[in-house]
Amino acid sequence: MEWEILLENVLNALAAGITIGCIYGLMCVGLSLIFGIMRVVNFAQGDLLMLGAYAAFYLVAAWGVLAFLGPEVAPFAGAILAGPIVFAVGWLLHRWIVARVSGLRTVASLDEGHFGQLIVTLGIALILQNGGLILFGSMPRAVRTPLSSSAWMVETGIGDATIFLNKARVISGLAAILVVVALYWLLERTRLGKALRAAADNPTAATYMGIDVDRAHRIAFALGSGITAVAGGLVASYLSFTPFMGLDFVVIMYAGVVLGGMGSLLGAFWGGLTIGFVQQISALVLPPQLQNAAIFVVFLLIVVLRPQGLFGRSAERA
Amino acid sequence: MRPGALPRIRRDALIFAALVALYLAVSGVVTNSYYQLMLTLVPIWAVMGISWNLFSGYVGLTSFGHAVFFGLGAYTVALTLNWWDLSPWFGIAIGAVVGAAAAVFIGMPTFRLRGHYFALAMLAFPLVLLYVFQYLGYQEVSLPMKRQDPFFWLQFTDPRAFTAVAVGMLVVAMAISFAVENSRFGLTLMAIRQNELAAEASGIDARRWKMRALVLSGVIAATAGGLYACILLVVTPEAVFGILTSAQALTVVLFGGVGTVWGPLIGAAILIPLAETLHAELGNIVPGIQGVVYGVAIILVMLLAPEGIFWTLRDRWLRDRGPAAPVPRGDRPASAAVAPLVTAPPQVSGPLLRVEGLSKSFGGLRAVDDVSFEVKPGEILGIIGPNGAGKTTLFNVLNGVLPADSGRAWLAGEPITGRKLHAICRLGVGRTFQVVRSFPRLALLDNVLIGAYGAGLTGDAAVAAAEEALARVGLLDQAAQPAGQLTNKGLRLMELARALAGRPRLLLLDETLAGLGREECDELLEVLGRLRAEGMTIVIIEHTMHAMLRLADRFVVLDHGKVLAEGAPRTVVEDRSVIEAYLGKKWLARCST
Repeated sequence: MEWEILLENVLNALAAGITIGCIYGLMCVGLSLIFGIMRVVNFAQGDLLMLGAYAAFYLVAAWGVLAFLGPEVAPFAGAILAGPIVFAVGWLLHRWIVARVSGLRTVASLDEGHFGQLIVTLGIALILQNGGLILFGSMPRAVRTPLSSSAWMVETGIGDATIFLNKARVISGLAAILVVVALYWLLERTRLGKALRAAADNPTAATYMGIDVDRAHRIAFALGSGITAVAGGLVASYLSFTPFMGLDFVVIMYAGVVLGGMGSLLGAFWGGLTIGFVQQISALVLPPQLQNAAIFVVFLLIVVLRPQGLFGRSAERA
Repeated sequence: MRPGALPRIRRDALIFAALVALYLAVSGVVTNSYYQLMLTLVPIWAVMGISWNLFSGYVGLTSFGHAVFFGLGAYTVALTLNWWDLSPWFGIAIGAVVGAAAAVFIGMPTFRLRGHYFALAMLAFPLVLLYVFQYLGYQEVSLPMKRQDPFFWLQFTDPRAFTAVAVGMLVVAMAISFAVENSRFGLTLMAIRQNELAAEASGIDARRWKMRALVLSGVIAATAGGLYACILLVVTPEAVFGILTSAQALTVVLFGGVGTVWGPLIGAAILIPLAETLHAELGNIVPGIQGVVYGVAIILVMLLAPEGIFWTLRDRWLRDRGPAAPVPRGDRPASAAVAPLVTAPPQVSGPLLRVEGLSKSFGGLRAVDDVSFEVKPGEILGIIGPNGAGKTTLFNVLNGVLPADSGRAWLAGEPITGRKLHAICRLGVGRTFQVVRSFPRLALLDNVLIGAYGAGLTGDAAVAAAEEALARVGLLDQAAQPAGQLTNKGLRLMELARALAGRPRLLLLDETLAGLGREECDELLEVLGRLRAEGMTIVIIEHTMHAMLRLADRFVVLDHGKVLAEGAPRTVVEDRSVIEAYLGKKWLARCST
């Protein structure tokens, strides 16, 4: 039956879209902390993702620190642990470099210092990519797990149509959701979260309220770096990568954050999920080269038709 | 042309000509083909930077996607040569047209976006094309070899010839850049960058000017891409549409200095040789080290010179020279400015401004609620009311910043509701804003000129109008000073002059006296009094009651968006409901006892 095969293809594409979309959503949430809240255009975000992937790789495969957990658990434990490691990297990057061209220093200047931030984060991206090449080598790496080649099969009950759920991706997707929920709790329910949101909303006013805006921004930057790194670690479980992998993902991340509406954490997650969806669905009808083009065409359409983003509340202030 | 532009252009052209001569002399000596290629790439990326700067630098909308024009130019040359055996010269010309068309196509939907949204939407365009060209099978298009007539086919055996052609292109791009910066075009773009709202309120159709800038920018970038294809002989989607190409365009400008013709030149002259040399010298030893060094270098320079090398050096040099003395302006007799009369007295019978039932809501909040009043020619109407009464919103609706929900307004019988901001300005409504925005590095006169240009004046007439306006507020002797040196009072006066330069029939002044000391306040009141004496009609929002009592002929009191009272100042301030709105019920009780 023709339509049963079609149905099966569509359902499988949807399932793949959801699982990959969750991982995209996680990296977008990381970026939205930096881009959406601090309004810093961070070109190096993709490279922080790359650091996360390598952190997982070294913890799990190269050094085997986590090998005792077994090949089913270690890759995901490695991805989660990549978070704190890259959190530290983000902290230092902000402390030494990014803080000098962002935050309160530049609020009053024309263009709010965006031009300086562009160059500086571009420089960081260059250093991370090429430094990665020196340290990690150009050989494509992967964090292998037997789970990535096995699947749960779900019978749909409609003819023979079966949905194959890749185990590695499903677990990655669940881990991504878990991290987002934890972060959401942190931002909405704790004092630290309140300070972060205040510093994001109006840095000058937050200062008057006794909030250390510099520190808040540093935490936001480090958190954003760490979250994206976890996503990188999860990507590593199903994709092989090189030190230049960031270039492929940085655009996806920005597309996701803008789609979701800047400044909205959950919006960024939905935005990333949408990108994953579009990518997988377009695989059904488009040749592989055009899948990425489809992402950007959808992105352009949404941005032009709905500038405040799919899930945002209001457009950027003029 | 902007005042004082001629000597400036002459000086800059001389410096540039000397640099070009020096550059060509050096490239004539270099025999190493690798370094010769580097010398060819410097002007190409400088042109690319100029293209980016003409748009993003002056308009202030960051473009992450200039590779779209570059790539289209490169592919046009490569494909026309392959398909139709067309000379690259024609290919570059066609590429320029393609670049212009792409700019229109991209600009139309994208100019609705602001800030980061615009920047990121621009990022998507070249990436879409990158994948489309890959899909179409143009992963690697090489330019076929032509043996005869190297000039016609742009295939020289001597690499120095390419350098000469590239420098030729740079000269043209620099000439365009000089022309833009020193003309109404450049000044208008800078006005938009500074404050789009204020620019539109000065009568500038921002969208149209942005489109012109993007088209010009697209043409230049496509040309650079076309020549790039001729030099490298192979075009790949990654090389011309890639994210790094867009990044390169903005890197050279931001590094050198944004919004100046010299920025792209400085950036390209330092960064391209640095990157290439590092690549050649270190890249073989430790792959990747060149990128690290390059990254560290641009970070260090940006930390030391956040606005780019040009501005940092220039500011330092100006500071060392001490503050510039007010330069007497020689190129124009000062007497031109003493002409006594402002505007043609409004030839209207009946009210100059009539407002009927105007309303504006934000969600559930009725910010302006069924407001009606009239302004007679030559009168000063004060609009007062507590914070949040809807005063500024009323102005925003009147001059077209916000559309009215209902109600209408007429200027001298002409309906103004429903019109666009710049159109209302052209009808004769001038406006100042609560927060003054200026171009700190531009001369006072240039700042005011924007108002004159916005009103549709050009050339000497615009300069005359600007000088007259400066004279009217008493700033003419400081006309050549950069606006950054002005005090708060000076800035307020400058903004007043900018509104006056458009020769408005009606002035809307939004808290012009805010933040001024008593004496400064008096000075401003004097200026406003003079304007009234000359027949200007003014509607002014103000909090300082004592000033308003001296200035205004009549008050309109707003509270919660409604007109609470209207009439002569003395009667209004004694009105019980007004006192209550301002000071609360307790005070009212006190007053009446």
